[in-house]
Amino acid sequence: MIGFALSLLTLSAFLCLFRIGSGPTPADRMVGIDILGILVVGFCALFAVITDRAFYLNIALAWGLLSFIGTTALAKHLEGKKFDE
Amino acid sequence: MSEIAGNAIIIIGALFNLFGCIGLIRLPDVYNRLQGATKCVTLGTCSILLGVLIGSGVSPTGMKALAAIVFIAITAPTAAHALSRGAHKSGIPLWEGSVVDKYEEEK
Repeated sequence: MIGFALSLLTLSAFLCLFRIGSGPTPADRMVGIDILGILVVGFCALFAVITDRAFYLNIALAWGLLSFIGTTALAKHLEGKKFDE
Repeated sequence: MSEIAGNAIIIIGALFNLFGCIGLIRLPDVYNRLQGATKCVTLGTCSILLGVLIGSGVSPTGMKALAAIVFIAITAPTAAHALSRGAHKSGIPLWEGSVVDKYEEEK
């Protein structure tokens, strides 16, 4: 059951990687990076179930935070502003 | 019993993630891709974490999954909104079939 979910998530991650590699505009690549960051949180949750250890969810929380900060910084860069404005 | 229900919700969430990523490939421009992918993937990941919460009950794993659900549900739409605003300001055109552009009307 969990292995099936893991294979579905792996397929989704490869589709994201295709969009990151081929996106016609920079914004397309940033969308792919944002989505991939959210997918990794799901991966961490599945690993927590498979190995029955809680610390994978700490990684999920920290990854979600860093992915949010990274996407916001990329959006600022796309808008053409400095990061401290 | 709760483990079976949790596994079912995890499978549903993984399917939502897959459909969102298919939307990321299939839709025509940045804004449509952002719309389709962000909504599906946010719901799918929240559903996976909900499955973990239901499967493990009141335990450290479950409580951390609950915190992650709240966090993802708040931050993912915010990041997507910032990204679409940045894309529009940097001058990326809409798909020719788009019918409304509120940002352009406000200028």
